[in-house]
Amino acid sequence: MSHRTGLEVSHAAAEAVKLAHVEVVAAYPITPNTHVPERIAEMVANGELDAEFIPVESEHSAMSACVGSSATGARTFTATSGQGLELMHEVMTVASSMRLPIVLSLANRALSSPLSVWGDHSDVMAIRDCGWIQVFAENGQQTFDLLLWAFRVGEDPRVSFPVIVNFDGFHVTHVIEPVFIADQEEVDRYLPPFKPNAVLDPRRPVTMGAYGPPFIYSETKKAQDFALHKSKEVMLQGFAEFEKIFGRKYNFVETYKAEGAKTLLLVIGSFAETAMDLVDKLREKGEAVGLVRLRLWRPFPEEELRQAVRGAETLIVLDRAMSFGTLAPVVSEVRAALYPEEKRPQIVSFVGGLGGRDIRLEEFEYMVKRGSELTQKGGQKELYETIGIR
Amino acid sequence: MADGPLTWKNFIGGFVVDKPGNAAEYQTGGWRSQKPVWDNTKCIKCGVCYIYCPEPCVRQTAEGYFESDLFYCKGCGICARECWTGAIKMVQEEEV
Ligand code: SF4
Ligand code: SF4
Repeated sequence: MSHRTGLEVSHAAAEAVKLAHVEVVAAYPITPNTHVPERIAEMVANGELDAEFIPVESEHSAMSACVGSSATGARTFTATSGQGLELMHEVMTVASSMRLPIVLSLANRALSSPLSVWGDHSDVMAIRDCGWIQVFAENGQQTFDLLLWAFRVGEDPRVSFPVIVNFDGFHVTHVIEPVFIADQEEVDRYLPPFKPNAVLDPRRPVTMGAYGPPFIYSETKKAQDFALHKSKEVMLQGFAEFEKIFGRKYNFVETYKAEGAKTLLLVIGSFAETAMDLVDKLREKGEAVGLVRLRLWRPFPEEELRQAVRGAETLIVLDRAMSFGTLAPVVSEVRAALYPEEKRPQIVSFVGGLGGRDIRLEEFEYMVKRGSELTQKGGQKELYETIGIR
Repeated sequence: MADGPLTWKNFIGGFVVDKPGNAAEYQTGGWRSQKPVWDNTKCIKCGVCYIYCPEPCVRQTAEGYFESDLFYCKGCGICARECWTGAIKMVQEEEV
């Protein structure tokens, strides 16, 4: 049986990595992710975890070391935040294209400049097209759970893709929460040993990351994108099996009191927890308001999203990042996914929670009120509204 | 690399090349606009062209002279530049 304990979420993440019997960790410290690799380094130093910890000189080296390690068939983990992820960027596309199932815990942080160590989603949104599976955790338990899921799904030979588990910098990483820490026996049942499709082995030489001239490059990219879409089947199996062993249920798109809702909020990441409080409050007053939480970000769950919002009049989308010069990332993809629908809700876009700025209950309440108001007026005229801006 | 024809449907995930040596199947000669032509009357069989060819696609004939395998020769002209005696001339493909 798993036991429930109070833990800093970064340390809970490290526990998940340890229970997963990770073999290689290459990481560079950067706030607010630092406590994850720090705790893992401690576990390795204490002999609690039999793994190779590579204290690299930069995030670019961290991801490069992870590529090499995963290519030899070792279960591989890294962690980063903000600018650290940007420095990894070049190698991230290599990892996904070479189909190396590295797991990365990303403590979401704003991008410079101005320098900010605080949380928002600019880091992950800037690399959203890099070919990794990307999920969002909203709290400590989900971070722990989704990390185990990430190893299982990513390493499945039918998937073989790297996975990012997003959890909000500070709002989640540095919070002490009660978390169910699974037993080793349960984790071992859930997570089989890593058996890669191909490995670097001098006894049977192969080329990985080969040169791809024009006559073959398109074919490799088509194959990669097809495989990423197809991996959704294995992801669902991974969730189903997780529920069977650990009793907690996950899905690509999760709803909260969304049945019959006229107004839906769509939130990605930990702010969904505040939004839930608001939904409770408004439902008590008899208002038909519900919440949609986007768990899976890549591959984007188009069909699941369509189903989740069907029947709503207003869909309010909150982004914690900007896409300079156009719509914010989440709302732009939500809009694209709903475009083929004959009857779709009015989509109202809000940007907020940038660089660690909180979004309080009252502000969520404002969004809901403003959303319905704009729907009545025939929709939002400006691209987005910024929450709490002076 | 793939089982059967090279379509996107039958790659080994990640475009892994599992048969060593298949770069030999790739025709680099398609880039060429000029090709080297040897004048064996000037050749002293020193082998410098053979050593310098970056491809490397210069080979020795039974008589000890040299020639280029045009399947791979990309027409860079290094052999002609390095030949001591001026035995190699680069000529436009269409002039041949
Ligand atoms: S032209 Fe270049 S590639 Fe061709 S034979 Fe000479 S050195 Fe080799
Ligand atoms: S470099 Fe010139 S002289 Fe020497 S072998 Fe080649 S063609 Fe002959």
